[in-house]
Amino acid sequence: MRTIPPHIAQCLRRDTPRRPLGPAALDQHLQGGIATDALHDMLAATPDDLAAAIAFTAGTAARLAGSRPILWVRQDAAEQLSGALHAPGLAALGLDPARILLVRARDAASVLRAGLDAARSGALGAVLIEPWGESRHLDMTATRRLALAASTTPVLLLRAGAPMPSAAATRWRIRAAPSRPRLARAPGAALHVELLRHRQGIPGRAWLLEWDDEQREFRTAQDAGDAFSAPLGRTPVARAG
Amino acid sequence: MHFPHLSAERLSRGRDDADGRTAGRIEHAGLAGGGVPQQSHTSGRWYDAAPPLAVTAARAGGMRILALDARAAALGLWPGMTLADARARIPELATAPADPAADAAFLLRLAALCERYTPVIALDAPDGLLLDITGCAHLWGGEGALHAAIRRRFARMTLRSAIAGTADAARALARFGGDDLRDLPVAALEPSPRAARALAQAGLRRVGDLAARPAAALAARFGMALVQRLRRVLGEEDAPITPLRPPPDFTAARVFAEPLTRTEALATLLAGMLEELCAALTAAGMGGRVFALALFRTDGTARELVVESGRPLREAAAILRLWRERLDGLEEPLDPGFGYDALRLSVARTEPLAATQTGLAGDAAAGDVAALIDVLATRLGRGRVLRFAPCATHRPERAARRIPALEPPAPWQPMDAPRPLQLFDPPRIVTAMAFMPDGPPLRFRWKGRVHDVTLAEGPERIAPEWWREDAVAARDYYRVEDAQGRRFWLFREDGDDAPRWFLHGVFA
Repeated sequence: MRTIPPHIAQCLRRDTPRRPLGPAALDQHLQGGIATDALHDMLAATPDDLAAAIAFTAGTAARLAGSRPILWVRQDAAEQLSGALHAPGLAALGLDPARILLVRARDAASVLRAGLDAARSGALGAVLIEPWGESRHLDMTATRRLALAASTTPVLLLRAGAPMPSAAATRWRIRAAPSRPRLARAPGAALHVELLRHRQGIPGRAWLLEWDDEQREFRTAQDAGDAFSAPLGRTPVARAG
Repeated sequence: MHFPHLSAERLSRGRDDADGRTAGRIEHAGLAGGGVPQQSHTSGRWYDAAPPLAVTAARAGGMRILALDARAAALGLWPGMTLADARARIPELATAPADPAADAAFLLRLAALCERYTPVIALDAPDGLLLDITGCAHLWGGEGALHAAIRRRFARMTLRSAIAGTADAARALARFGGDDLRDLPVAALEPSPRAARALAQAGLRRVGDLAARPAAALAARFGMALVQRLRRVLGEEDAPITPLRPPPDFTAARVFAEPLTRTEALATLLAGMLEELCAALTAAGMGGRVFALALFRTDGTARELVVESGRPLREAAAILRLWRERLDGLEEPLDPGFGYDALRLSVARTEPLAATQTGLAGDAAAGDVAALIDVLATRLGRGRVLRFAPCATHRPERAARRIPALEPPAPWQPMDAPRPLQLFDPPRIVTAMAFMPDGPPLRFRWKGRVHDVTLAEGPERIAPEWWREDAVAARDYYRVEDAQGRRFWLFREDGDDAPRWFLHGVFA
């Protein structure tokens, strides 16, 4: 990792409250963790990568929320087209489904409204909103409103597709990655996570996160103490937004 | 309230606007329906509108008249006479068959019209209503004004009504007329036929005659039932009425001198009513779970809106917030028409609510979550704010139930077997190719794309729950990874000839 000049590092280390995500390389890059008072944009690279994005987003939400409940607002179309959220699957990733409140909304506008109200109420640990498809409701103004509400409760915006302008503090693109075979050529689990945008730091890094069966958490390939030969490194910085 | 011509007036209401088609079949003899003055060519009498109407039914000894309208009664007919007798006197008498079910439904509709005056209404079948106006009259400016308002509303019907201290007294006054209970005929006590005969033989004609005599002697001579009726009619003993709906414990109402046409004012009015209700709830140590708002329009129609909360509430601001959500989210917006003349807000369900404790941070946060859930459930519907609950079953579709979010959470045990993050219900059919008939798939096609399986784990056999009616065949589940690194949950169901493959879920 490149060293950051001290004066910039000081700027970056404003009194932003952060929570560690877990994998050491990510937390190091993020100056200690993900900001708890901000909007974070989570993009599934393609609709087929939604499960991978859900895993990363839900894990992030769990870290942000601590022991408080998480409110997950899903648009009906997401439930119908990409499959219903399956609680045992969340439990298998170490996220207690009892902490999740699932809100289903008909359209993107009501997803946003419910998410805003939930974030402003201050009663929750994290708010995860999942509108479906491109929506004119999800413009710069709407995301700025979400970002403001996120000063009370962290907000994660989960979508599939191309990046769109938003007021998010960080933007991540997640895709499923081939896993290291387990015993008897059984699949493991792995995610490819790119930091496309980072308002208070340096974007353009990517990590391969692998599921650790014993610790029951995602770790970067380096943490796992092995030279996994995936082509990683710098990726072009997305200029959107 | 007594409607002496209820069934005939039910029919003639329909006759006025649709010539009887809506309300029931009326047979006319010699005269058309309609609303124009006409002369009967059989008797030469003039009628300003429709001919007299009788409701008839087949009884022993032929068709008999069960009920009449006011015109027919004025012509000297009486219920119980045979239709042949009546026709002999009034040849142009229109008739309609009796329909007790329709009469009962009509009485219920009349009761609904009275909802605006009081929530406590009892049916006095077949043709009367009892309204308990205790504590409601002041809203209308006193009992006299309330009585006048009721009479105005039913101006198009024949109504005999009275207000008295007890339901039986009011009923007797309404049905038998007069101002003084003691002047009423003894029939107002509705004695049994035997007692009625005995009373007539004894020369006791007025209620006052009985009231002057010692009760013990009356009981010995005419039976205890009569004495009890007497005491009730005279207001010495009160028998509670059985209302149509259980009366709410807490209500607040507003009656307007001028009809309210602007729905914007509703929030302010609601705030005022909620203040009253919450004060009453606090005094009683209760909280409301269900709040009902009845909006009464001047034209007689009423609309009822309900707001439900997951926990007992008595903070006016929190309840008002739910009401704002409810009013904003109405699929069919409020239509005040010519205006509302009364509103009533009642607490339809209450629960004990201890005095609020402050200072416990955890409780406060839990309360905030509940408040948020209430707001979202009011706006989106109760079935859209959910929580996952585990269910002891092997069927993956059923392993996670979704319950309304306000139910308490249940602990989850992580499963050893892999379970996907997203589950398709029903499972999607895919075409798959396997190397061995009982092995994992080599490649499968889903949504037009071919996925080459690189890694696979399985099978995990999930046996059918044969004790269920909708049991499915045994399934062999495989967790597979394709060349792009996506992980899927596929299963094979062995059919009669070829095995069928399904995609059931997606893993991270």
